[in-house]
Amino acid sequence: MPIHEKSLIRPENLKVHETLAIDGIDVSGHWSTFIETRVVPDYNENLELEIAAFPGGSKIHRCFQCGSCTNACTVNAIEPRFNPRYWIYLIRMGMEQELLRDKDIIWQCVSCHKCTNICPRSVEPEGVMKATALWLEDKGYVPKSPAHVFDEEFSRQVIERGKIEDTEVLHKFLSKTKQPLVQDWLVAIMWGIARRLPVKWGIKTALAQVFKPKARRWKNVRSAISDYIYEEDEMRRQKLQTIAAARTSQTPQTHLEAAE
Amino acid sequence: MVDVTDKIMKYRDVAYYSGCALEGSANGYDVSTRAVAKSLGLRIKDVTDWNCCGAMEVKNIDPGLQTYLSSRVLSNAVNIDHANVVMAPCNGCYHNLKKAEYDLTNDPKSKETVDRLSAKAGHEAYQAGQAETIHALDWIKAAIGEEGLRKRTKGRLAGLKVANYYGCMYVRPRHIFPEKDKGPGSESTSRPHFMDDLLAAAGAENVEFPLKTACCGGAHTLSDSDTSTKLVLNILQAAEASGADVIATECPTCHSGLEMHQVRAEKRFGKKTRITMLYFTQLLGLALGIGPRRLGIHTNISDSTDLIIDKRLT
Repeated sequence: MPIHEKSLIRPENLKVHETLAIDGIDVSGHWSTFIETRVVPDYNENLELEIAAFPGGSKIHRCFQCGSCTNACTVNAIEPRFNPRYWIYLIRMGMEQELLRDKDIIWQCVSCHKCTNICPRSVEPEGVMKATALWLEDKGYVPKSPAHVFDEEFSRQVIERGKIEDTEVLHKFLSKTKQPLVQDWLVAIMWGIARRLPVKWGIKTALAQVFKPKARRWKNVRSAISDYIYEEDEMRRQKLQTIAAARTSQTPQTHLEAAE
Repeated sequence: MVDVTDKIMKYRDVAYYSGCALEGSANGYDVSTRAVAKSLGLRIKDVTDWNCCGAMEVKNIDPGLQTYLSSRVLSNAVNIDHANVVMAPCNGCYHNLKKAEYDLTNDPKSKETVDRLSAKAGHEAYQAGQAETIHALDWIKAAIGEEGLRKRTKGRLAGLKVANYYGCMYVRPRHIFPEKDKGPGSESTSRPHFMDDLLAAAGAENVEFPLKTACCGGAHTLSDSDTSTKLVLNILQAAEASGADVIATECPTCHSGLEMHQVRAEKRFGKKTRITMLYFTQLLGLALGIGPRRLGIHTNISDSTDLIIDKRLT
């Protein structure tokens, strides 16, 4: 039984008759409240396994729904729909269609680690949020999130050179997400610094664009990392295939077919 | 007594892991850390051939890879520089090195990944326990201490009201910081106080600031800017309401996030805040009588010139 910081009843399914008499008795108003039933015909019994296969998701099975994560959550405080406890519940129940109702905000976890810090079952909900966001993209339910574009650009630089360069991350991110390089706040910041900025600093920043920061003796590391990423991707792909294969062989008929 | 002296000596000579941000946007933090070390007679030596710790971004792509990247930094510090203490001023770097230490101690799969990747890359694999990772706050607190700072700073920060902002990565999740929450003398993960202690020793008045460990939304500072701006605005307004003149920071991501979203909050939401931010090392530097330019204060986005003049901090 989930705790009730979030109801499974949708507001649009609550039906109240303003005027209603049954057997001559007036039951108008909230006396006549009914919850319109809905059928969940499409459980994905492997949802938990699928999400657990993505980076960060492996401990989701440990959750006992105490809700500490949602209670501590930074994003929940400004966006009540952002509810890690509820999403973990849906995932573990296999309620994929319900989860998809929130698909556009799951990537917005800010990784403040308040949930992972407080979780009494070491679920690492922050990792589960990241894994769920990756799963949504992998399934094609959502386009690549800006956060994932950022992570990829950042990681690309780290793998390539061992270090990142701030302005390159900023510039590449804005161009890859098709945002204008000239942002009003960015211009304001630049003007602010330019007034105080010594020429030396300007030259240093410009030089960093040409001679990008690099870790030395990086070549072998780069190839070891590249191999590792390939192997990990391959392993995850196989794991997901095994999960999918098990699903089709185990459930020859859906719940609805069984009911008929 | 010998034990205490040994401990102090251990932290007076440490490997310094500055990290990517301190080489770039947070240069003022790097410059001021080095200036403070010099003034206090502490020896810091850059980790040879260091690389990115993996940060949040690589961790999101693959946590194992982040553990390896952090372990390589520790491996270089131990095997090339023969250091047993690694000091990182960046919260992200500090967090990741601590997390690598935790994973290598507790998770056999992480150890296997690190050993395998290190062998392939052709360097010694870092073994858990070979080095101790500390934050710049731990470093000054252990090597100099409040008493030492009190003598050297002569209360130069008197009259300055400071809101100390620690952020997320210095305290959460608490299980990766086994040395914290050990009672008096140790750092607290729910109410951290090391920065308060150091700045108070330099004469500053720490205000009651409830959002010490609130999140600035640094992970999505560019990818979900409106969320970050809301979170930062909350922190800035709380700091102003608590009566602070300045927010002292200890993390390059928090610091640049506060600076950037202060401007953005004004541009996008029409919410203006006047409070400025300084790295705690810049404040300590001022307290030690080091000039603002030598502490890189003019390279901060947030302009503290007026504050420094008003409070006679030079």
